Amino acid sequence: MALSRQIFDTVIVGGGGSGLRAALQLAEAGHHVAVFSKVFPTRSHTVAAQGGIGASLGNMQEDHWLWHMYDTIKGSDYLGDQDAIEFMCRKAAEVVYELEHFGMPFDRNPDGTIYQRPFGGHSQNFGERPVQRACAAADRTGHAMLHTLYQRNVRAHCQFFVEWMALDLIRDYEGVVVGIVALEMETGQVVIFQAKSTILATGGAGRIYHSSTNAFINTGDGLGMAARAGVPLEDMEFWQFHPTGVAGAGVLITEGVRGEGGILLNSEGERFMERYAPTMKDLASRDVVSRGIDQEIKEGRGVGPEKDHVLLKLDHLGAEVINKRLPGIREIALKFANVDPIREPIPVVPTCHYQMGGIPTNYYGQVVAPRGALGTSEVIPGLYAIGECACVSVHGANRLGTNSLLDLLVFGKSAGDHLCEWLKTNPQHRDLPHDAADRSMERLSRLDGAQSGENITEVAQAMRRTVQHHAGVFRTGTLLREGVEKIREVAKRARNTAIKDKSRVFNTARIEALELENLVIVAEATLVAAEARTESRGAQAREDFKDRDDKNWLKHSLWYMEGSRLDYKPVNLQPLTVESFEPKVRVY
Amino acid sequence: MTATLTREQERLRWRSRRGLLEMDLILQRFLDQHLTRLTEPEVRAYDALLQLPDNDFLDLAMGRKGPDDAELLPVLEKIRQS
Ligand SMILES: Cc1cc2nc3c(=O)[nH]c(=O)nc-3n(C[C@H](O)[C@H](O)[C@H](O)COP(=O)(O)OP(=O)(O)OC[C@H]3O[C@@H](n4cnc5c(N)ncnc54)[C@H](O)[C@@H]3O)c2cc1C
Repeated sequence: MALSRQIFDTVIVGGGGSGLRAALQLAEAGHHVAVFSKVFPTRSHTVAAQGGIGASLGNMQEDHWLWHMYDTIKGSDYLGDQDAIEFMCRKAAEVVYELEHFGMPFDRNPDGTIYQRPFGGHSQNFGERPVQRACAAADRTGHAMLHTLYQRNVRAHCQFFVEWMALDLIRDYEGVVVGIVALEMETGQVVIFQAKSTILATGGAGRIYHSSTNAFINTGDGLGMAARAGVPLEDMEFWQFHPTGVAGAGVLITEGVRGEGGILLNSEGERFMERYAPTMKDLASRDVVSRGIDQEIKEGRGVGPEKDHVLLKLDHLGAEVINKRLPGIREIALKFANVDPIREPIPVVPTCHYQMGGIPTNYYGQVVAPRGALGTSEVIPGLYAIGECACVSVHGANRLGTNSLLDLLVFGKSAGDHLCEWLKTNPQHRDLPHDAADRSMERLSRLDGAQSGENITEVAQAMRRTVQHHAGVFRTGTLLREGVEKIREVAKRARNTAIKDKSRVFNTARIEALELENLVIVAEATLVAAEARTESRGAQAREDFKDRDDKNWLKHSLWYMEGSRLDYKPVNLQPLTVESFEPKVRVY
Repeated sequence: MTATLTREQERLRWRSRRGLLEMDLILQRFLDQHLTRLTEPEVRAYDALLQLPDNDFLDLAMGRKGPDDAELLPVLEKIRQS
């Protein structure tokens, strides 16, 4: 069957903050751009971001990009690449002012400048004292950003393919990426999009965890596409957890609740944080609280029939305090945990929040991978990745709050700029290989033909449980090794799913089966990379290797789908213009 | 979810995938309970709600605000109670 074909200069898979920012740069320069999104672009997951965008504008106190750079490197537990981090922190003010100019409704100071909020981990003068660096639009920063960028793109005649799902990258015989294969949900039609360059901007894959703050669309499709095309995935062992998501739902309960006096209890009614952090107790930093909770659960002191969560008690604060200071939390508890915190504790569990790893890129957004025996990184021509699906790596082993929205803007723009130049020297479309759509068509026809097989919901559940249990906050070699075995079983099952509904029109089961294939790839990469890394760094906390080991592990992991093989590459400790920040012990 | 959904119902199910986890969870419960039994006017009202930005829809679903259009209320009540 001959597939229809459309031709663009650039196709961008993803209409979240990063995809829209890159699209704008290209469309305003007059390039013919197509943006693909599974959902309407302004309903991308970026809409969930509330906290703000980090930039050293210095509107509240004195601030400097070098201090922001230091905080980011320290936050990353020294796994971040210092060239990319310098690039991002230096560009921060520029991209925020641009967004302001595009019409973003930032909160303001009385003198008209952008108001900046405090946020954990951001400091003045290399850790001396906290600084207010987060630029926000009330509690709708992500929402405002998406709307601002979307409107601007429409004006620039960027073409949107909404409710389309990209399935695979097309690489020619020389390895150049020459477009994508995508599926229109409404018709079931599969189309080849030929392009001079392709940008992946598909967001994170937080749905590999049972407990996740991520929306259902965050299934790591871009990671699956890259991995299937032979591109390695970088640092996939690093996932940031929030200590208190509502058990079984994932919705966040802010640290503010513990700030107001809420306490955590195990199945014995014990205030266990007193053991893990005698001074700060329930107010210790995120990773310490997450580890405490996870350990209680692992040691059998979890609550509930599955003993899989702990309790956050606030009834002792009294109805008045709860209603007055924490009304939003009462609302969330009632709606998503079915408990009234005035009378009962809220079941909570450490919840996956952010993916630090992803598709390896340089700070132009170009995808890079080692080639040949020397292992030097080389650009994969025609392919870019930006946003949460990419690993530049500015977040290293642990992301600093507000640095993700910044990452979307800086590297979205940078990729757009780089491409505008690249397109000048690469003005022609390359030929499509004759097997351009084979991989996608094989996957679809297997699904369409399968009369019996695994149930998608069950396999997805098995995957999420496996990742949550074996690659959660608390990790040991034994747990991880078992997890690797289990996830390989799950991966086999995911390749053998069957769906009853064989229709082509809005077949959501078919889409979910395709998403599951991507999720399982990410899950396997996570477990394999975490098992191999015998140290604790940032978000990876190994009980059997409690310390950071710079001698052996100051390096990025690269997981290849073929053979589920690992490779490594050095961390770039050399910034662009300033002196290197040498790894130090991290104390806050 | 059974395999007997109509195409229209499948379309509504996909459009109920949102950018906010809170909305995903609320709408999933609503769909599990009501999708196959929605009347024509209810489908129209639900479709209109799905057009809203996530944050506005969340305010309505949590009962923090009422809808501008009274026609939306019956479906909204079902969403709130799911
Ligand atoms: C609750 C919450 C609060 C947060 N708050 C903050 C904050 O205050 N500050 C901060 O800096 N960060 C915050 N973050 C992190 C930040 O919001 C995300 O990292 C960021 O928004 C990701 O943007 P993105 O452009 O990479 O992807 P997304 O916004 O996730 O967009 C992905 C896009 O890709 C599309 N897509 C995916 N797969 C396909 C496919 N196969 N075919 C076609 N299209 C596809 C989707 O439809 C979507 O348009 C928060 C995260 C969460 C969960």
